[in-house]
Amino acid sequence: MAGDAPIFDEMNLADGAVRPAYETLARWLKTIPTDLLATRSREAEALFRRIGITFAVYGDAASTERLIPFDVIPRVLTNDEWVRLSKGLTQRVRAINAFLGDVYTKREILRAGIVPEDLVYQNPAFRPEMNQQPVPHGIYVMIAGIDIVRVDADTFYVLEDNARTPSGVSYMLENREVMIRLFPELFSQHRVAPVENYTDDLLATMKSVAPRSASSDPTCVLLTPGLFNSAYYEHTFLADKLGVELVEGRDLFVKADVVYMRTTEGPKRVDVIYRRLDDDFLDPLVFRPDSALGVPGLMSAYHAGNVTLANAVGTGVADDKAVYSYMPEIVKFYLGEEPILKNVPTWRCRAPDELKYVLDHLPELVVKEVHGSGGYGMLIGPKAAAAEIELFRHKLVKDPSNFIAQPTLALSTCPTLVEEGVAPRHVDLRPFVLTGRDKVRIVPGGLTRVALKEGSLVVNSSQGGGTKDTWVLDS
Amino acid sequence: MRIRIAHETIYSYAVPAHAVIQTLRLTPRNYEGQHVATWRIDVDQDCRLDAHEDAFGNITHTFSCTGPVQTLTVRVDGLVETSDTAGVVRGAIERFPPGLYLRGTDLTTADGEIRAYAEARERPGDRLSTLHALLDDLARDITFDKDPTHSATTAAEAFALKRGVCQDFAHIFIAAARHLNIPARYVGGYFLHADGTVDQEAGHAWAEAHVEGLGWVGFDAANGQCPTEQHIRIACGLDYLNAAPIRGSRHGGEGEFLTVKVVVDQASRQVQVQ
Repeated sequence: MAGDAPIFDEMNLADGAVRPAYETLARWLKTIPTDLLATRSREAEALFRRIGITFAVYGDAASTERLIPFDVIPRVLTNDEWVRLSKGLTQRVRAINAFLGDVYTKREILRAGIVPEDLVYQNPAFRPEMNQQPVPHGIYVMIAGIDIVRVDADTFYVLEDNARTPSGVSYMLENREVMIRLFPELFSQHRVAPVENYTDDLLATMKSVAPRSASSDPTCVLLTPGLFNSAYYEHTFLADKLGVELVEGRDLFVKADVVYMRTTEGPKRVDVIYRRLDDDFLDPLVFRPDSALGVPGLMSAYHAGNVTLANAVGTGVADDKAVYSYMPEIVKFYLGEEPILKNVPTWRCRAPDELKYVLDHLPELVVKEVHGSGGYGMLIGPKAAAAEIELFRHKLVKDPSNFIAQPTLALSTCPTLVEEGVAPRHVDLRPFVLTGRDKVRIVPGGLTRVALKEGSLVVNSSQGGGTKDTWVLDS
Repeated sequence: MRIRIAHETIYSYAVPAHAVIQTLRLTPRNYEGQHVATWRIDVDQDCRLDAHEDAFGNITHTFSCTGPVQTLTVRVDGLVETSDTAGVVRGAIERFPPGLYLRGTDLTTADGEIRAYAEARERPGDRLSTLHALLDDLARDITFDKDPTHSATTAAEAFALKRGVCQDFAHIFIAAARHLNIPARYVGGYFLHADGTVDQEAGHAWAEAHVEGLGWVGFDAANGQCPTEQHIRIACGLDYLNAAPIRGSRHGGEGEFLTVKVVVDQASRQVQVQ
């Protein structure tokens, strides 16, 4: 667990042997010249550029849009590993949905004293406006992105739950497409589980959660904040693949508690909105009155049960990092099961004894802001300069409940093409879990993010991370 | 006391609006000390009022109309019977435990000045005295003035000016109470002036704070008193935005001009209710 623990490489064991999942790939890597890999890598970049897949980095004025680096060496998981992961993911998302349904209605988990009341009520992501309001079919999180890290052959941890508007799935799909074009020979040597049915699964999920009043063929749309959002490319990509309209707030309106889309043939009723717009901006009559991105009256239609929002409003209270630390208890409370996927051990700095431990061990720990995301506002003790540690010490003392701390995990590594050749780099995994009225759907794999800098543990694309294609091998 | 309320909100547009949608929180509920005898809302447009109960237990009506809308009038007429409960609110609809009302909002964030002001008035172990000290001192230290503030003015901004309207008094009181870990909330309603003034330019607003043993207690800092039988309670929430009488949006309709007429009068016993 500490910084000096051996690092688990997913291809090469410590004794030099190759793990079975990577046997074919390792042989291929030995035969293919590095300069050919580099050529393929440049071809991949050209393809991504042509597709137009870009990502905006906040606070980077020089290049508002740029490519996320793509690594051409795939990451490989066995079917057995995937079966276990997907069971754990399904369980976790079921528990998240049960938790949200409870905190917005009966509040049994608060009454039982398992999660502290103030952690929910004082949480910026909790939406009092959702209190006692039913949501269609009782499902809050239809689309979840659960960040998983691996530390050895058997241990996967959930690093973070993303229950608001998780992004990145377009990279999962594009990465596969590009890999098939560049390395058809590799796909003929492996039985790789397909991922391209993700958008069919997403559409089926959306239709399954349409309000009961909707027609048998519900109308779904994707609501985007617009061109200036960092994930706008993904919004256009998904709407196109789903075959649904990409709309902005001004394209929708509400009349008599029903949502309509303006079309050239006149108003068309909308049943399901896959919204990639944050809660705060959804409806100026309920949330920020200055929001021009939302749809006035949307919440009234939503509360009347005439439209489904995917995800529901107020889901962020379940993916907050302080609530995260209670996930094992949350799983047990609602499902009566032991969690299949472990949490990273987490110190809650709001508790004085845990704060003391954290302050005494700052150089070994990772400290995160409870409401932060994207790798911002984070201290990685072992990599931090003394001044940075002191800055965090000050922040922690001033506002302890705003932070959690975790041990510095020795994230697993995968072979990655870097300037010096093929070398191990740390990775994580974001599988996308779709929850419909009928069932849970997870395409095998997800988005693997890789920290391209040697020794770096930060995989976030906003911090210079790249991505890889993720293979689950059919057994 | 029987109080008659007539509240008219008139929007007129230099350029007619294409579409207007509004959510109204203009309907009182019954609780101890307040019985709604009659109540009626009219909107002078071709529209349907869709009633809901919001997350705080307030009754809302949402309507939308398509233009051209030159003028739009929302009219409320009602008769409410009230009795004095020394400011204690019993039998009201409660949808949250008191702890929710410790939650901060943008409009009710206590800055350093408000925090210091609150701390100077804290009577440890005596929440009620603390709240009364805040009530008395805010009524003395803040001047009622409708010019310098507006509906988006924060507690901190109004406190810096030491001026504001009832909304600002309520926000400052709430910010100070929450800083002292006392659950507090915003209440919108009407107020019958004791001096016989009947015509008013706006509704009224005050705060409620939670006191163990008593429950929710009203504090009307603008008037330096706890609510009496002269107060009609309409809606509550974390701040003005949760309890605002009207929140609306429109397409087109540039050059909006707003007229508000509020008449709060004691109903003579002879008047028959229709």
